[in-house]
Amino acid sequence: MKFFFLKLLSLTVLFISLSFNSNSAEKVEYLKTDWSFKGLFGKFDRGALQRGYQVYTEVCSSCHSMKYVSYRNLAEKGGPEFTEEQAKAIAASFEVTDGPNDDGEMFTRPGKLSDKFVMPYENVKAAQAANGGAYPPDMSVLVKARGGGVNYIYSLLQGYEDPPTGIDLDEGVYYNKYMYGNKIKMANQLSDGLVEYADGTKATVEQMSKDVTTFLMWTAEPHLESRHQMGFKAIVYLIILTILVYFSMKRIWSRIETEV
Amino acid sequence: MSDQEYIPKSKFGKWFNDRLPLLSLASHLTDYPTPKNLNYWWTFGGILTFCLITQIVTGLTLAMHYIAHADMAFESVEHIMRDVNYGWLIRYIHANGASMFFLAVYIHIFRSLFYGSYKSPREIIWILGIIIYLLMMAAAFMGYVLPWGQMSFWGATVITNLFSAIPLVGEGIVEWLWGGYSVDNPTLTRFFTLHYLIPFLILGLVVLHIWALHVPGNNNPVGIDIKKPSKDTVPFHPYIVIKDGFALLMFMIVFAFFVFYTPNILGHADNYIEANPLVTPAHIVPEWYLLPFYAILRSVPDKLLGVIAMLSAILILAALPWLDTSKIRSAVFRPLYKQFYWILVADVLILGYVGAMPAEGLYLLIARVATAYYFLHFLVVLPVLGFKEKTLPVPLSITEPVLGGSPNLVMAKSKESMKQ
Amino acid sequence: MSEKKTNRRDFLFTATYAVGAVGVGATVWPMIDQMNPDASVKALASTEVDVSSLTPGKTITVLWRGKPVFIRRRTQEEIAEANSVKMEELKDPEKDEDRVKDPEWLVMLGVCTHLGCVPLNDKGDYNGWFCPCHGSHYDTSGRIRKGPAPTNMEVPKYEFVNESTIKIG
Repeated sequence: MKFFFLKLLSLTVLFISLSFNSNSAEKVEYLKTDWSFKGLFGKFDRGALQRGYQVYTEVCSSCHSMKYVSYRNLAEKGGPEFTEEQAKAIAASFEVTDGPNDDGEMFTRPGKLSDKFVMPYENVKAAQAANGGAYPPDMSVLVKARGGGVNYIYSLLQGYEDPPTGIDLDEGVYYNKYMYGNKIKMANQLSDGLVEYADGTKATVEQMSKDVTTFLMWTAEPHLESRHQMGFKAIVYLIILTILVYFSMKRIWSRIETEV
Repeated sequence: MSDQEYIPKSKFGKWFNDRLPLLSLASHLTDYPTPKNLNYWWTFGGILTFCLITQIVTGLTLAMHYIAHADMAFESVEHIMRDVNYGWLIRYIHANGASMFFLAVYIHIFRSLFYGSYKSPREIIWILGIIIYLLMMAAAFMGYVLPWGQMSFWGATVITNLFSAIPLVGEGIVEWLWGGYSVDNPTLTRFFTLHYLIPFLILGLVVLHIWALHVPGNNNPVGIDIKKPSKDTVPFHPYIVIKDGFALLMFMIVFAFFVFYTPNILGHADNYIEANPLVTPAHIVPEWYLLPFYAILRSVPDKLLGVIAMLSAILILAALPWLDTSKIRSAVFRPLYKQFYWILVADVLILGYVGAMPAEGLYLLIARVATAYYFLHFLVVLPVLGFKEKTLPVPLSITEPVLGGSPNLVMAKSKESMKQ
Repeated sequence: MSEKKTNRRDFLFTATYAVGAVGVGATVWPMIDQMNPDASVKALASTEVDVSSLTPGKTITVLWRGKPVFIRRRTQEEIAEANSVKMEELKDPEKDEDRVKDPEWLVMLGVCTHLGCVPLNDKGDYNGWFCPCHGSHYDTSGRIRKGPAPTNMEVPKYEFVNESTIKIG
């Protein structure tokens, strides 16, 4: 039996490593940092989420939409956990198009908790037209939509460099050492002190990159914390039940001479 | 079936059972004489039943929230992930459940290959299994299309285009499959319908698969026919039930780890980008469980022949009971076959690996050699081996002494191989 | 089979069954709970309605949580009629003043308490509402007077945000 599970394990590991291989085509080594949400008990750093939200709103949101996230999410457990009042105030600071009213006209009103994040552009075409043909991707699930995940986004934000000699860049194209093919249509957005954090944290490029990436991880996986908590309980439970069933099995099979 | 007539104890039981013999069926299933030497490789039948039920239950609940429309599918999946109570859990179980299902079915198939379970009198069980496997692939493929991400869309485009390889009518068939001139909303809704239907077809076939199994009874690691019920068998309940249950729990621990801690590792990042008919992702790769066949497809430089090779790779399995000419079932007593068996396992793993790699240079060469060997194994090695191989003496029964030679030696040997 | 007799269902088996049952329960719950109203539905719990254009004697119907809500600006006669009814005549006794915040404004769920149809406005024997499905008559306060419906039409939680706006929910 020992060998059986050993074999099963090695098969599983082989399959996982296969799928790893198929997923990671890029060979650049990404920058790494210690993410609080990794690991069996990983949780988000509330401060980082709130700061990350600030970076998103003040910097990214002028081009990048986040259409699957609602203002109410900002106050939900496992997220930035703004108070309900704060979240309401945030929502109310945005103009939301609603309607049609009784006259058949669309109108704007202050945002409510139930509203989705307001989009910077009406639609994809408008976003492309305003950005030299390149659509700034929606950021709701961006972290999950990139092979490198959080490390990729974190690196990309800090990966702007002068192009090496021999590489010509067109107008509106920038060099980034972590971008696939190194050419990116988004200019470097972050610079030290760009935002002023309410909690007094020093807004270095590295700090802002980390905060906004943490925020993006949350928007992509809003239930990550409960997933980790539930997962730990589920696995502990399964191990206990497995042990009980193992001894029950031994007991039952002891009625006959065959070994199980 | 061979078990004695079951007579219910209560009066109502008798009345009911005379009209609908459900109690007889239950009694047959609990008493079903099972070889007592079944090892853990045999527990995957039960595990697969669990996988099917899990997929059906989680699938039904997801279908209550999913919207099969090109404009709304992606959004509705995000709605499930964010707003529906436990939606993220149910979706991750369903998505990873597909992978676990295939992991289990591959182990189940290779167990059958090792112990010769496909041989007479179990050919029908085997062929039903192949049909189930084909339907599983269809269901998995269509299910992967439903979130309407980039991999969904382009996977659907590539796979449906395989049919265009058919001479003359190919193009027409592809448009018929699409319901348009490209993969679009009509394709999505029909894939959803079929994805919903197929699991129930599989369920029906599983009933037949088990029915066909219960006629001759289980094969076993020694591969000999056994008398049932006898000293060599135990009743299914509680002996096999508890053993299957134990193995299932071990399996569930692995499953839970994927669901709760690495739920997206077996998928592709590109599928979190909404489908865009104007841009193809840089690498189109099928899910891991289809990679060996994908490698076979790409190893043939001709479109039609590639498709034929890929299909043959699966269909050849249906002919296996007749391609394998050996009278001995279990590889335990077939020293040469055992070597070739492990070579085949390695070959399929290599095909899977190169299937994930770009089809060029060394990878392509390896894929071609591995493809050739795959067919060689079934078409040449197996038929010849049956005549040429010198097999070891097979015991008369699981518990009784062996014909010729020291019983202890052979038993010890078989035990050793079972544990490998 | 050389079975040793073990009839005793000992502690080990009981514990295994019990722990297993807990797990089954914990697994079944998410499958049930997924059908409950989800987070986005719960978030849409309130609606604001502009009632400035409503003249006395008129009713508007607005949608709240997928159900119609009647907002009626009642005339003085209607209010008087609602107040004149004796409690013992009512199937579901409730004073008119307990059903309104401002007697001029009647806000209630436009759902018949019998089987959920939408009653018709200004119809029926009591100058209020009449449900066409099974013939329930409601008075000017939305109280059941005749027919199979068991209770008065329900008054939702609402408030006057300002003179011309009512917030339901």
